[in-house]
Amino acid sequence: MSELVATFAPIPPGFGCPPLDLDSASVARARSLAQQIAVEVQERLAGQSTLAIERTVLRLFGVTGATADGEPLANRVVMALHTAGLLTGGVARPFCRAMALTGLDAQALAEAVAADRVDLRAHADCLDVVPEVRAIGETLAQAGVARILARRHEREALIGKLGQGVQPLKYVIVASGNIHEDVIQARVAARQGADVIAVIRSTGQSLLDYVPEGVTTEGFGGTFATQANFALMRAALDEVGAELGRYIRLCNYASGLCMPEIAAMGALERLDMMLNDALYGILFRDINMQRTLCDQRVSRRISALAGLIINTGEDNYLTTADAVDAAHTVVASTLINEALARQAGLRTDQLGLGHAMEIDPMRPDALLLEIAHAALIRHLFPGAPLKYMPPTKHMTGNIWRGHVQDALFNFVGVLTGQGIQLLGMMTEAMHTPHIHDRYLALESAQLVFGGAMSLGTELRVEPGGKLEARARHVLAEAVVLLEEMAREGLMAGLARGHFAEIARSPTGGRGLDGVFVKDANYWDPTADAITAALQALGQLPARGEAQP
Amino acid sequence: MSAIDPKHVRAYGDTLNDGQMMLSFSLPVPFGEEAKEAARQLCRQMGLEAPQVYHAHDLGEGFTYLVVYARSPHTVDTTQLRVTKMATAQLGKDAIEALAAQKFTRRLRVLGACTGDDAHTVGIDAILNVKGYNGDKGLEAYHCLSVKNLGAQVTNERLLEEARAFQPDVILVSQIVTQKDCHRSNLAALIDLAEADGVRQDVLFICGGPRLSHQVALELGFDAGFGAGTLPSQVASFLVQQLPPR
Repeated sequence: MSELVATFAPIPPGFGCPPLDLDSASVARARSLAQQIAVEVQERLAGQSTLAIERTVLRLFGVTGATADGEPLANRVVMALHTAGLLTGGVARPFCRAMALTGLDAQALAEAVAADRVDLRAHADCLDVVPEVRAIGETLAQAGVARILARRHEREALIGKLGQGVQPLKYVIVASGNIHEDVIQARVAARQGADVIAVIRSTGQSLLDYVPEGVTTEGFGGTFATQANFALMRAALDEVGAELGRYIRLCNYASGLCMPEIAAMGALERLDMMLNDALYGILFRDINMQRTLCDQRVSRRISALAGLIINTGEDNYLTTADAVDAAHTVVASTLINEALARQAGLRTDQLGLGHAMEIDPMRPDALLLEIAHAALIRHLFPGAPLKYMPPTKHMTGNIWRGHVQDALFNFVGVLTGQGIQLLGMMTEAMHTPHIHDRYLALESAQLVFGGAMSLGTELRVEPGGKLEARARHVLAEAVVLLEEMAREGLMAGLARGHFAEIARSPTGGRGLDGVFVKDANYWDPTADAITAALQALGQLPARGEAQP
Repeated sequence: MSAIDPKHVRAYGDTLNDGQMMLSFSLPVPFGEEAKEAARQLCRQMGLEAPQVYHAHDLGEGFTYLVVYARSPHTVDTTQLRVTKMATAQLGKDAIEALAAQKFTRRLRVLGACTGDDAHTVGIDAILNVKGYNGDKGLEAYHCLSVKNLGAQVTNERLLEEARAFQPDVILVSQIVTQKDCHRSNLAALIDLAEADGVRQDVLFICGGPRLSHQVALELGFDAGFGAGTLPSQVASFLVQQLPPR
């Protein structure tokens, strides 16, 4: 069933997933419910914007850099308006008006605001967007979109020239805290066969309401995501990729309180993948749900434009809930994530929907259940580059056992036609990977992927057997959950703890103070420019056409 | 097999006193004979004899991965070992509830958090959530305990502020991220703050995480520490036995 697998990267001969007899009415029902849930929440939040979204507008205008005490200029400008209660019309109008009146370019104006030489509040009272101001905003927005599209075309050209790894792409993480060490680790990983390098972020970053500036050498459990760090790693991977004759993809995290801003930075620095989940921050970082649901939409529109693949984080549900009991929550959430992603203009081959292998490996038939779950996800999202996540919950200090668990995980991944395989590390439960942990993981993956390359299209599932029954059962449970969430609405569903056994309230969590209701004169020229570009690319329906 | 001499114990491979050790590590030395020799010399400096490089792999970028087997001539006197262990017995859930009913006139209050920048709640959730870990129910499932879980990324200051309101008998702190030993400084800072606030002596302070042990916990000023694989009932056993009647 090779038509199931995604075409975003080369497919080795025979790569695919065994056929699975699912109830097509249930599949259709699940997808239509997810769509209904996504539309309801989008409509509910359409009238809101956030501090992060307004900062993203400035980033796309070309504003960069920070004050001497490390506060990004984008934050300084947005807060100058927000603290005065003058942000409800968006940052663009007063900013472009001040540009028109002072003659400064975007960067110079942001610096002048930060130095208290220009008071933006004086420009916020004019409600009309006069043609001159409109022209400035539209020109800046077009330039931002053009920069992102240029990086997208650059990627396409490089992949065309260099070639790339075959599916499942081998994805490994680096997480030393020091970007210079990360670069060494990443270059070694590429030489050992890695196709994707993900730089794990410092553990506190998702809760920072600003993006740190510059090259960083200190972090905890990871390395800060900064535009300078992105650029450094991008250059290193381009260099080693050119030498190896294989384009090496770079991944980071558009998540937390700066979701859309980091998406913009990633788009500008030619990242190829972004962890970007509509619900993860709400559940696992206690970020306010209105904030995240607004931010995810803008971040995904930018990622859609950048042509990069988003990765969703449903694997995490199984670290807190039981992997068998909660399997259907992963399915329900991937369907919702998919529906929200499509609204933002992401194409099927940009949907790295996440799932994981987290069943207790000592449970009888654990492998059968894992194959059933992985095959179910594969069949629900034909053509999407699914991201399969390795065991973490049942990894111990016994690295030898862990290496076997990871090898079994690699087997399930290749057998079921997963697109992106996040390779497990034998030292998962102990520390961030050492240089040889990655090599051993890559060697194991190559061995298993090569040996089992075409099993997926050769083997058949026993009709009416345990595996098929399990997949059908999980799908049926997912439909029941989606029915309930469609009835209540997504936000009420999250408040009731349907996902990951974690309950969050619509007005709880971090970052709600950064959400505001847009007034009637709200103006964001970057939103219009992105929409127009996505329409031109055929990723969003043209005006008047229905959403596909 | 000859008799084991507990005063002179060597590592064991397949013959008593063969001293066999396995090591694997990487060196920032380009792949080749020099890298293998560097590995052998390093092993000799560690006091190992007859190091054999069984596997060397070119990692690229001037790094080499090595698997080395060697013989350790050193011995340890196992009759003279002193280790810090928890003095309390491991009880099952029913025995814990029975002991608590006897000893305490109210439910014990347990406040838990994953502190500092740490966002990994897997550990604290496994101990506190009803579901528990590996079939062993979490502390929320105990009638004798009233549990409040503050979740991830709680500052030490906020934890103590919550403690003033909740008046816990026990504070449980989880630390998973240990890069550059940030868990040690963060845990020690909590105890300093608690002492400054005058709440240290009233509350049982317990920490847990994969790189923590009872010994490390005591060094950091805690009353107990639990490492990887700890079951909720082990924590519950400790606290009902350790706390004086109240």
